[in-house]
Formats: sequence, structure tokens, C-alpha cells
Amino acid sequence: MLTDSDLQALWLTVRLAAIVTFILLLIGTPIAWWLARTKCWWKGPIGAIVALPLVLPPSVLGFYLLLAMGPSGPVGQLTEALNIAPLAFTFWGLVLASVFYSLPFMVQPLQTAFEAIGERPLEVAATLRASPLDAFFTVAVPLAKPGFITASILTFAHTVGEFGVVLMIGGNIPGVTRVASVQIYDYVEALNYSQAHRLALVLLVFSFVVLLAIYAGRRFRPARGV
Amino acid sequence: MSDLDIQARFQLAWPGFALDVDLELPGRGVTALFGVSGSGKTTLLRCIAGLERAPQGRLVVDGDIWQSDQQWLPTHKRPLGYVFQEASLFSHLSVQDNLHYGLRRSRRSSHTSLDQAIELLGIGHLLTRNPDLLSGGERQRVAIARALAVSPRLLLMDEPLAALDLQRKREIFPYLERLHRELDIPVLYVTHSPEELTRLADHLVVMENGRAIASGNLGETLSRLDLPIQLGEDAGVIIEATIGAVDNEWHLARVDFAGGSLWAKDQGLAPGTSVRVRVLARDVSLAEQQTASSIQNQMPGQIDAIGEDEHPGLALVRVRIGDTILLARLTKRAIATLDVDPGKTFWVQIKSVALLQ
Repeated sequence: MLTDSDLQALWLTVRLAAIVTFILLLIGTPIAWWLARTKCWWKGPIGAIVALPLVLPPSVLGFYLLLAMGPSGPVGQLTEALNIAPLAFTFWGLVLASVFYSLPFMVQPLQTAFEAIGERPLEVAATLRASPLDAFFTVAVPLAKPGFITASILTFAHTVGEFGVVLMIGGNIPGVTRVASVQIYDYVEALNYSQAHRLALVLLVFSFVVLLAIYAGRRFRPARGV
Repeated sequence: MSDLDIQARFQLAWPGFALDVDLELPGRGVTALFGVSGSGKTTLLRCIAGLERAPQGRLVVDGDIWQSDQQWLPTHKRPLGYVFQEASLFSHLSVQDNLHYGLRRSRRSSHTSLDQAIELLGIGHLLTRNPDLLSGGERQRVAIARALAVSPRLLLMDEPLAALDLQRKREIFPYLERLHRELDIPVLYVTHSPEELTRLADHLVVMENGRAIASGNLGETLSRLDLPIQLGEDAGVIIEATIGAVDNEWHLARVDFAGGSLWAKDQGLAPGTSVRVRVLARDVSLAEQQTASSIQNQMPGQIDAIGEDEHPGLALVRVRIGDTILLARLTKRAIATLDVDPGKTFWVQIKSVALLQ
């Protein structure tokens, strides 16, 4: 059976993924909206930066974030100026790193969904007296709902599967930064294969269910659009 | 509203297209913006709605400045209604919620205006439906009602029938005609269809290459010799008239207009009803004398002017009957043989007329 420390690691993983998904919904939505609608030349560079975590080795991202959170890094100096503890090797440091790491998984599906809506429904809303912000919440968001669901599930799942960044930023502190993927690594290191199996199976089933939810949802969703 | 109270001046240059118009439009009735694709009529409409921003422009509607060098009113603050070419209903809302979307956000509107719009467009039975399950014609009727529900001071319609097949067009036409008759909202109506133009418009703006090449009363503008070429086979005039009498024996109606009268097929309209009569240039011919002919509508008319037509062998002739102008499409050889010249009088034979209500 799963041990207490396994359950602790799973609970930590779920908490991390949920918080990161929530934060990315807040940050990623305006970025995706801007990327979907801007004609400004910054679109290319910003889009590339957002997509960077897709191709960058997690250890590289983790390394830079570790430096940034260190005493001489910008994040480290900020936390010092605000008189709070350094973020490295803490849960909130892990949250910050995961936000960067999972950013493209939130932004890209949302951007695609917003682009698919097109200009017309927003123009219609404007002719019906809706301000741009009003039209965003009452027209764009409801029409992009499938995109929000996909983006949230992908972000959550991707954060659950994170490993390299966690090792770099969070280390391996039980109950604080030891997430499920690190726990499995520990079992394997200790040659405790049977325990590694159990936890790995939980993650495997979880991942499959997530993808099944997305693909099944896509298949049966009626055609949308205005 | 007074008679001339939409002033619109826009200059805008895009790669391969420039809009340059300076118009004064009536604040009542239906003004058609007519022209071929790419002539700038939709762009002009979008500039008026504020969906497109012309860098140089001035737009005053009924005394209120919507755009000037110092001012720019965003679309959502302009008291207008807009009907797009495709119905563009919000697919995440029911028909009812689509209709309420603008209503809730508009200070001017009331439930009366919505109820009136629902009744006018005949969509009461569709309210609980999902827009995706409506036919094209039903969808466009809902879109028109949605635009009317906000009690707009100006209704903009961008080829509302163009995306529909002939049958759906016929389905919507009566509603548009009712709108024209029963509502006191000025309408700008973009179209490239001579049919819609002649049936719905009171005022005509002809667009070509981003410019307004003519603007005026429909009847007068249609009888200009330099414009009807654009209408091709549909070149002709519109005459405002009233039903004078009905001949029940032959099922004909006498239509009286300024300067004469015509017989047309009786369509069950009572004497005294105002009608629009469309007389196409190709149905009008000239003769030196009154002849015994199957063409029953014959009357003397004076040649006013002769102009070029789309084909080098054809000419358009303006003929004056009392205060009314008709156009006749004749071959140049006929003009030479009959010696048609401005000032001379001929018998005008009208082969067929269409009554539009």
C-alpha cells in the first residue's frame, strides 16, 4: 500500500499543481489574449519566450531560477528587500518555478481558442453596447470555454509530471518540496522497486485519465463558433 | 430628426484601397450604399459604426459628434444597431439571451422596443431555441431584432441578405419592408443587389473605388444617365405613385403618378394605396405615333437627354412625362432612324412595370 510519505508526496503534488494552475489562469489568460489579438511586432519574441519551456531542458530553467532566487539574484534581492525568507528550497519557490515551467501549457491552448473566436463576436458585442472588458468576460471567455478546460488540465498534469525543475529549485524536503515524481526517484535510488511501482501506477492512471478526458471531450463537443 | 443630419467624412488609405468620402445623409428612411464588391461600402459602414478607425474623419449624427479630430466615440458608446452579413448570433446564448444582451446594456432601450422587434420580425416562437439550430433566415431575423432591441438612433445593415439563398431572401424581404414602413429609425443599408435597392431604399449613395460618385433621392439618382450603367440589365427608374382605380373585369390596376398613369396587374391593393413602380429601361420603347399594339401603356413623352450605355450599340434615353422621368434603352440605330433628339416628343411604350409596395 501507499505509505504516509507517499500520500504526503501526492498531496503536495496536487496542491502544487492546483495552485500553479490557478495562478497561470490569472497570468496566462491576458498573455494569451494579447498574443491572439495583437498585430504588434513584439508578438513573435513574446510568443517565443512563452514557448521556451517546451524545448528547454528543465535543469537549465531550474538552474537560472535558482540563480535568480539566490542572494544576489533579482528574486533573491526582492525577497530580501521585502524582508521575507528566500524562496529557494521552499514550496513557494517551487510554485514560482512551476509557473514558468508550465506557462506554455496554459497560454498556447488559450491563444488558439481565442484566435478561433475571431474578431466578429467581439464586434457584435461592441455594437450591442458591451465595453471591451465586458465583451471579454461575457463573449470571449464563454466561447473559449473548451480552451480554458484543455489549458487547465494540461497545466495541472504537466505540473504533476515535473521533475528536473523540482530537483534544482526545491530539493527533496519531505512535506515541503518532495513531490510524487521525486519520491519515485528516491525509491528507485534505494532499490525499493515495489513501492516505486505503486506510486508510478497512480501517476500513470492519473495521466491516462486526464488525456482521456481531454480527447473524449474534444470528440463529443458540438461545433461552436458564431 | 431634420432632413439632412448625418454628416460623414472619412479618409483612409490601406495598401491597394483608399476610402475618401464626404457625405450628407438624410436622418430618415433607408439610405442604400450601393456598389460592386470592393467599392468601399462596407468599409464606410464600419467607419460609421466605429469598427474601423479612419485616421481622418468627422462624423456627426443628429447633432452629436461621433468622430472628429479631437474626439472618438468607441463603438459601444454609439447609439446604433448593426446587422452583419452573417447573422453572428452568440452561439453560447439562447435566442432570448441574444436579444437581451444589448437590451441589458442599453440605457435607451425598453422592453417595449424588444417586444416590438420580436413582433415585427415574427420570432416569438424561436425564443427558447439555440441559435445553432435555426435556419439561415431565422438567424438573420433574430440578428435584426437584436439590433433593434437596443432602440438605436441609427440602424446599419451590411448586406443582411447576401449570405442567404433566394428562398430565404424572399422569407426576410417582407420583414425588411415592414421595418421600412413601420419604424422611424434611419437605416444605412449596404447592398450590391438592384432588387434590394429599388424595393427598400429612399436615398441612394453609389460607391465606386472608395468614393461616393453619387448621392441623392432614389428616383432622381436612378434616372441620371451617368449611373445606370452600373445596374446593367436592371437599369431603370422608380416612380412614386398611388393606386387610382381597379378594373375588376381585366384584373388591372391604374397607377397614377405625377404626369400620367399606367395600367399594371392588380395585386389586390385598394385605391389610394401608395406604391412604388419600377420601370426598367429595357421595357421602354419609343414610337413616332400611337400604335395599335399589345403594349397597352402608351403616352407621349419629351426626350430629355441621350447618354451612353454599357454596350457601344446601345444608348440610354431620358424621357420626360409630365414631372416624371423614364429611361429607355434603345439601339443607336433606332435613335438614328427615328431621329431621336432632345426636345422632340415621341410616344413612349412601356411593356411591363413592377409594383413594389
